[in-house]
Formats: sequence, C-alpha cells, structure tokens
Amino acid sequence: MSPARPDSDSKPKVGVYVCHCGINIAAKVDIADTVAFASQLPHVTAAKEYKFMCSDPGQDIIQKDLRSGLIDRVVVASCSPLMHEPTFRRAMLEGGGNPFLFQMANIREHVSWVTKEKAAGTAKARALIAAAVERVVLHQPLQKTSVPVHPDVLVVGGGIAGIHAALTIADAGKKVYLVEREPTIGGHMAKFDKTFPTLDCSACILTPKMSAVRSHPNITLWSHSEVTGVDGYVGNFKVKVTRKARYIDEEKCVGCLECIEACVFKKGKTDDEFNLGLVKRKPVYVPFPQATPLVAVIDPKSCIEFKTHKCPKNCVEVCEPKAIDFTQTDRTEEINVGAVVLATGFKAFDARRISRYGYGKYPGVYTSLEVERLVNAAGPTGGEIIMTNGEKPKAVGIVHCVGSRDEKTNRYCSRVCCMYSLKLAHLVKERTNAEVYNFYIDMRTPGKGYEEFYEKLLHENVHFIRGRVAEVSDWAMTAEEKGKLIIRVEDTLIGVVRRIPVDMIILSVGLEPQPDADDVRRLFNISCSREGWFLERHPKLAPVSTFTEGIFIAGACQGPKDIPDSVAQAGAAAAEALALIDRGRVEIEPNTAYVTDELCSGCHTCSNICPYSAIVFNEETEKASVNGALCKGCGTCVAACPSGALQQNLFTDEQIFQEIKGVVSYV
Amino acid sequence: MSSIESGKQTFEPRIIAFFCNWCTYTAADLAGTARMSYAPNVRVVRIMCSGRLDPQFILSALREGADGVLIGGCHPGDCHYQEGNYKALRRFTLLKRFLRSMGIEDERIRLEWIAASEGDKVQRVINEMTETVRALGPLHLEAMSMERIEDVIPSELKAETVAASGGHHE
Repeated sequence: MSPARPDSDSKPKVGVYVCHCGINIAAKVDIADTVAFASQLPHVTAAKEYKFMCSDPGQDIIQKDLRSGLIDRVVVASCSPLMHEPTFRRAMLEGGGNPFLFQMANIREHVSWVTKEKAAGTAKARALIAAAVERVVLHQPLQKTSVPVHPDVLVVGGGIAGIHAALTIADAGKKVYLVEREPTIGGHMAKFDKTFPTLDCSACILTPKMSAVRSHPNITLWSHSEVTGVDGYVGNFKVKVTRKARYIDEEKCVGCLECIEACVFKKGKTDDEFNLGLVKRKPVYVPFPQATPLVAVIDPKSCIEFKTHKCPKNCVEVCEPKAIDFTQTDRTEEINVGAVVLATGFKAFDARRISRYGYGKYPGVYTSLEVERLVNAAGPTGGEIIMTNGEKPKAVGIVHCVGSRDEKTNRYCSRVCCMYSLKLAHLVKERTNAEVYNFYIDMRTPGKGYEEFYEKLLHENVHFIRGRVAEVSDWAMTAEEKGKLIIRVEDTLIGVVRRIPVDMIILSVGLEPQPDADDVRRLFNISCSREGWFLERHPKLAPVSTFTEGIFIAGACQGPKDIPDSVAQAGAAAAEALALIDRGRVEIEPNTAYVTDELCSGCHTCSNICPYSAIVFNEETEKASVNGALCKGCGTCVAACPSGALQQNLFTDEQIFQEIKGVVSYV
Repeated sequence: MSSIESGKQTFEPRIIAFFCNWCTYTAADLAGTARMSYAPNVRVVRIMCSGRLDPQFILSALREGADGVLIGGCHPGDCHYQEGNYKALRRFTLLKRFLRSMGIEDERIRLEWIAASEGDKVQRVINEMTETVRALGPLHLEAMSMERIEDVIPSELKAETVAASGGHHE
C-alpha cells in the first residue's frame, strides 16, 4: 500500500483552502475550526481560508503558494467539483502546478446546504477535507490529451429552434445536417396564425427562414427522417439517420402537386395531421402549401396501391419528373459530426385527460392549437372562425391553464398559454365580434411588450373572469342556456359561482415533453428533469449545455418556451457548438484506465466487459492493454480485474481506499 | 459520534456512500442547491460510474468503521457508460450474499438508482438509511478478524464476479 509519488525524493506538500462562499458555507461550517484542523493533518504545509476561493484573489492565494514552493498539491474545500473543478485545475496550471494534483471537498452542496446544525456540518466538513488530503497525496501529475473535432454539426428537430440553430451554424461556414421526423420543417410555429405580442403573421416570418434552410449550401435537410443511433463522443459522434420512405423521389419531385390532384381518392379520408384532424387529406399529400421541402409524401397506410396493388396509379401517370416510386424503402445514412443540437420541441397537452372540460364529447370544445388552424388564412376554413356545425360563435369561452399548474396533470406553468389566450381572444373578437370570456387563475405576462398586450386586451371589451373552471356541460337550467355549452366557474374576484353560456370553448392547453423524449434522451445519453424536459448542465450558467459534452439543447425540449426565447436559446446552442468546432480539438479527461503489465494474468475479464472495446489483448505477451483514445473512464474494468493490474487515473484503488479512510474517520 | 437526545445516549451511525458522477452525485448536488436538509451521517465518495465500485471498497468502508454503505447509480438503461450500473448490481448482489454469511444484516448495504433530477430521492434515501442503520446499531466489524476475511474471501468473490460478468460483450 505504499503510495507511488511522482517526486519520490520530496514529500508532498498539500495546501488546504477553505472557502466561506459568503455565508453559504460559513453559516453551517465553522471555518476557523476546519482550517485549524486541516493545518495539523499529515502533509499539509498551508491551510488558509478565503471568502470566495473561486474569485481571482482566491485563485491568487493558491498560485502564490504554488510559486513560492510552499505547496505542490491543493485541496479546495468549497462547492461541488461539477461546479468549479475546472476553475481550480486551470488556476493550478497557471500557477505552474499540475492541474491533477488537486482535489475538491464538496462542503457546500453536500454539507452546508443540507445540514441543519453547525456542529454536524463542521464535523462532516472536517471528514471530507481529511479524505481529500489523504487522497491528493496519492495523485499523479497527468496530462490532458486532445482529439480532433469533426467540423460538421447535427441539428435534431426542424421547428423554429432547430431552424435558427441550423442557419446560424451554416452561416458561420460549417456543414449542418438538419433532421426532422415530419415530412416538413416548421414545427408548431408553422401552425400558428399570428404571434404575440406583435400580431405579425407567423408564416410571414417563418417561411423565409424555412426556404433559407432549403437553399443553404451548408445545410443538408433530411425531413421525414429520424436519428436511430448515436455512437462516439464529443467531437466525434457517429450518427445513424433513418430516412423513412416517402415513396416519392425527393430529388425528382418539383412540388407541382399534380399527383395529389390525380389521386383516385376524390376527397381525403385520413385525418390531416397538420390541421389536427379538422380536415381530411389524401394518401398522397403535402402537409401545407409552404412545406419545406415542397415534396409530396405517400402514406402507405391509406394508399390503395399499398393495400390492394390494384390502383390505376393516376399519380404515376401525371408525374412528369417520374418521381413516384412505390418500391422505395427506409434507408439509413451514417454521418460523422462533432457536435449535436437537440431541438425536438414539445407536445401539446391532451385535453381529453381532463374529461370535465368536455373535449371530445362536445363538438363545440376546441383546443387552442385547433383554433390556431381555424383562424389561419391557409387553414381548413380559410381563416373564418366557423364551428363544426357551420355557425359562427356568438359567445366564446377561453379556459386558461388546461393541464398546467395542477397537481393532477402538470404542476409547472406552461408559460405561453396566457399570452396565446390573449392573442386568440383578440383574433376571435376581431373576426367574429363574439362575446369573449377569459377564465384565468393568474395572468402571467412577463416579457417585452407582453404586459402592454394584456392592457390592450383589457380595453377590447373582452371579459376576464378569475377562477379555475370547474366544469363544462350542456345541461341548461334556463331558456337562455338552452343549446349552449355552460361553463361553471367560481368568480373569485366577486366570490360568486357563475354559469356562463357560450357556443364555443377554447381550451388553452399546456406544453408537455414529447412522448418519446425519454428514448431521445437515452439515444444521446443526456438527462431529463422530473417532468421529462431535457436537463441543462446548469440552470443559470450552462442553460443550453448538457452533462454530455458536445450535446446542446435549444427550444421547448428544455422546457416551455415562447418563440423569442426558443430563437435566443437556439442562437446560444449554435454558438456553443461553433465554439467547440472552431477550437478544432477537444481535450479528453485523463481519467482513463491503464494496465500494469507485471500484474496482468491475461484472464480477459477486462476486455470482455469493456463497453467501448477499448481493451485489447496482446496474444504474444498475453497481457491486456487499454486504448486511451477509446476509453471513456468508467472504471468498470478496474473494479473487475482480479489481480489489480488495471487502474484508473484519478480513481486508483489506493486513492479510493484512502478517501474511504478519510470520510469514515469522523474527526 | 454519539449525541445526547432527551437525556439518552443515541447511536449516530457512520454511513459511506459511493455515488456515480453523472446521476446520483449530480442529484446530491441538486438536493444541496434546493436546500433539502438531511441527516449528516452519510458521506459521499464520488466515482465516475457505479461500475467502478470494487466490492473491496465496501469491505474497506465497513472495516474502517462504517456501519452502512449506500451505493447510488443511474437508473437501469440510463448509465452514462452504457451498462456500468448493471455490473454494479451483479457485484452488489454477490457481495450481499457474502456479507449475509458473515452475519452482516442486508439493510446495512443499499443500492439505489437515483437520476440527476431526483434530489428529493437523495434526501429520502439518506434519511431512511440513517434511521435503518441507527435501529440496527453499530457494526463493529473492526472487532472481527478482518485479516481472516481478507485472506479468504476477496479471491473467491473476485472469481464469482468474473464468472458473473464474463462472456458479456458489446
């Protein structure tokens, strides 16, 4: 158990620096006591305290002690290593030391912030410091290695966030693959009529960006495609993209739509997904007139040719470029990229889950997204707000927070519903002059120009009733209520239960993670928050990074977000990806495994369990050896090696045994 | 180590935790950021993956005076290194069998899958574990002849681990 030291002729000199972190640590850890305790630990030649160790003056203290020769190893007792380990490693390097002769003791997240009593906090801090000192004495000076970064970027998701990220990266001169699973890009924004609070036309600002994607020389747009495999690591991801068969040759199709005209179906019979089933589409279709790419797609589930093989195939006949190909199959493309931006968006809350609101039961109850299509000039009614019974509504109720801010569905605020409800209230009033009632719990309008928009609505003769809607029914109590939908609600401003009869109800549904967000998360090896949104590396300081290097997130896949925030985040994610790619090389943590030949018995245990095939067996010497470029540093092989021949840099058996000794010491 | 509670001496267990860097250690950080206070008895050693957990670490912790050992890893299917947590589970199961034969109660070592977002689970598990081990009382493994255990068991255990994890390859 003799520690192997780099400079065996000189004894290690450890400096311990205890951070107050203002009162974050000092309130629950007796700093003077821990410093006094640290100063008498073996090998400790300096023990100091400072208010903020991560600040420049804090780092200076370490660097001065390094330069003067007082210390050659450092323990900083402060926050989590996931927060500031890179900061202090850099400080050590700049102070002329080796960045890996360093250990952090996490006395903030793991001590002061979670411990009630100061005495207990101080004892725990002491033990963690003792452990760090025991351990750092055994640290070896290490060098970081670097690997080249592939210059191409993958963007997953073709909504406004994905589009903006792809264009930003492509404009910087990098090659981008934009993968979208729907037949067209555009996402939710393409379905909206107007955007809040400016009321500018959604399509007018989105479609130019969509065509810019299509025509950009640096962007490869793969719609109707899905990422099905991800391998590799930061700078060198190998990605499999399955390009689903559209049965129409994308290269040949000119978007003339003749095939749709000629289809044997005179009328559509399948729910039009883009219009949320408000109209029907044919088996051959384009999702909407500005679809990008403007290439038709055949849905084999409803196409006669796929079902019976007896279709006259009028579509094939009229297609001059001969683009229709019933023999097409899914095919897989393999690409190499250096970074990935995930912008997979959200799913609108399913209003059926709250049965008392009558969605799916009463034809007069719509979701907000459906109404977006109804008010859209390119939508199923040409922009007229006409209900399924063919009539214009005379009274409309807009129910806020459907599926949001509720223990039974989602506890979080979906952040956009207040604003889009106000927008829809304005549009409905403008187009129908109906009485419009907003039922809200709180009005949440934080954003540039948002509160002003709310003020404007207050002056548009729109009614605002504060209270969560209890129920929607068609059970009339008076002649006036007959044939109407009745909204039962407690008006909490006047303290009265009211019944409001309306013709049309708009449910302002909240935002939820995509149903397959968990699969995508696993594919890219990132984490999700409790609710299922992709988890950022740090909520404040790394909002578009993930815990997996090289994978960035943008838009509503990270949490409910409006268009300006999605675009801003997409720009940030693009900048992070560009910074990574422009560096050209990426540094790899040196915590890889290595073999001590003399101890290796050649049993193959390690090479059999390595998930990255990083361990090869040399048949001649009958010893295992680790390929440092492939090793990701999990240490599974080290734990399995029966002869102790395998060790892991920064996590050797000896280092961990010493750390155990330290934390159990309960000093 | 012992504190006075309502005039009675109570036993304060020492528990050591091995948390993987990507899920459980991050969750413990989150518990801190969210100021979820919990019993001060559990002290964390960070490892990159629960797959790094050599059964000897657990034995070492018990020998050094720990009354219980907690292991935290990513949920099945979520391992940052693909499947290190499954390997941890196998070793854990084998080690438990061995510890049982030594007369060490099952409840003294606990394996939990705790995702990065589950700060509240860290709090709950640490509090539960502290109470459980407190009820069991001190382990005093250092009083047993550890030399004997070390002589006989690790090689056997290693052999079993090898058998359990061998033959599986990506």
